[in-house]
Amino acid sequence: MATPPLVIDQLHAAGRGGRVRAFIERLRSGDEIAHLITLVFAASIFLLTVLLVYELYVNCALPRHKFGWGFFFSRTWDPVFENFGALPFIYGTVVTSLVALLIAVPMGVGAAIFLAELAPPHLSDALTFVIELLAAVPSVIFGVLGIFVLVPILRSQVEPFLKATLGFLPFFQGPIYGIGYLAASVVLAIMIVPFVLSISREVLLAVPREEREAALALGATRWEATWKVVVPYARAGIFGSVCLALARALGETMAVTMVIGNEPKISASLFAPGYSMAAVIANEFAEATGDLHVQALIELGLVLFVLTMIINALARLLILLTTKQGTAHP
Amino acid sequence: MVSQETPAKRSTAKIQVRGLNFYYGPRQALYDISLGIAEKKITALIGPSGCGKSTFLRTLNRMHELVRQARAEGQLLLDGEDIMSMDVTRLRRRVGMVFQKSNPFPKTIFENVAYGLRVNGYPKGRPLADLVEASLKRAALWDEVKDSLHKSAYALSGGQQQRLCIARALAVNPEVLLLDEPCSALDPIATAKIEELLFALRESCTIVIVTHNMQQAARVADYTGFFLMGRLVEFDETKVVFTRPRRRETEDYITGRFG
Repeated sequence: MATPPLVIDQLHAAGRGGRVRAFIERLRSGDEIAHLITLVFAASIFLLTVLLVYELYVNCALPRHKFGWGFFFSRTWDPVFENFGALPFIYGTVVTSLVALLIAVPMGVGAAIFLAELAPPHLSDALTFVIELLAAVPSVIFGVLGIFVLVPILRSQVEPFLKATLGFLPFFQGPIYGIGYLAASVVLAIMIVPFVLSISREVLLAVPREEREAALALGATRWEATWKVVVPYARAGIFGSVCLALARALGETMAVTMVIGNEPKISASLFAPGYSMAAVIANEFAEATGDLHVQALIELGLVLFVLTMIINALARLLILLTTKQGTAHP
Repeated sequence: MVSQETPAKRSTAKIQVRGLNFYYGPRQALYDISLGIAEKKITALIGPSGCGKSTFLRTLNRMHELVRQARAEGQLLLDGEDIMSMDVTRLRRRVGMVFQKSNPFPKTIFENVAYGLRVNGYPKGRPLADLVEASLKRAALWDEVKDSLHKSAYALSGGQQQRLCIARALAVNPEVLLLDEPCSALDPIATAKIEELLFALRESCTIVIVTHNMQQAARVADYTGFFLMGRLVEFDETKVVFTRPRRRETEDYITGRFG
């Protein structure tokens, strides 16, 4: 009985000629072109990022040579005597962003759980739409509201209350101005809550129905199913929303500038005025006098950029670590 | 259809259903279902897609309540106690469920089995690890996973995942185990393992299994019910249903003339 030739042999026999023909075939079907075009887009975005870092780095040569690493640890910012240090700005950016997260994450995730799990769907959709509108409000509006509404409330109600109750902590001591770290943090929190909420809600809704059913079928209550199965399943996504919110908070300029007080000082108290990297760049760039001043601001920009990248990298690492230990996503 | 209640009379009925009608909004999905599920036996429910067998299964532990606008009317008794007015978490603890698609939690193998115990406040005096081991043994999975208890459940094969889901359901020691097409995504070897497991579980548990696969029903079930377009057409001992069906529709279905 003769065996028929195997398909694989026929392919070998086709050899090089076959491969060329296959290429032309793919070209005709548009695959190659689509591949090329998308590759160009992807590469240009990557190049843009690299170029950005390069430009920032090259354009801050003066302060880099003059202050070296000391730039990061010096608390002086004196344009008159041309003495520049970044620490008060780094501190202001980090502190306001972290406090904003402290407020926004429980609020956003909590609201997302309510909207995704407990609220009836039509109510959930309507509320989410309104909350997502918050994300579209220009930041200068938040700044204005901050100055005229939030700061007076902080000054007359919230901060005296905090001082009276938690005044033993260094964060809630000293004179009350209204504007300062706390005001900036609260404004930032309001600005980033929609990001946390809307992404967390999406992720929670994407948890397969089977997971929920499995928990309920074991006799879990609705809350137990939500808290012990649905939320852990969505954890990586929720964490992603927090990272995005943090990146937004770190870079936020306008609203922060309007309520942080714009004083390059470091104070433990959240009531005190401070400054942030983005705010000082916005405020001083146009009127910067000497080259050194301009370049010091550019170096601050570089620091802000790198800080954001480090935080993003850390966040990814954390996701990797938490999903690895047997609690992985499919 | 007088014959419907006969099997239950031959042994004790664990679950008694009388006059069950079921609606999804305005659409009626089940019509006047009455049957008894025999204790410590395997009851199979067969029928073409959309005939209402899964819907019926889900009313037995009130999983249908998760679907908006779903409504069940009629009498459902578990050991004589009204299912509809029972505390739902207690009901689901007594009547466990395994789903068509294996659905382990994104946790370790150990934590998957321990979950039900944790939410139900596991029996005092016995360490959690013992209970988890016992459940995995009952689900015939222990030997395959005992060295990887703290690895992700997603690392298991499809058949192993399904047995893990069975172990998870068994951990809270349910009196009744409902299985909704548990083998539909599994290869024949994995399916055979699950069937073997069901035989062993019959000693301690009342089992109701919905299946698409008639051979499976013929192999494992003591009783078989045939559903068609929302009605229970025939319900009797498996060998009767498959050898001397009383109704024409049943015969047509099991001989493969439709479905």
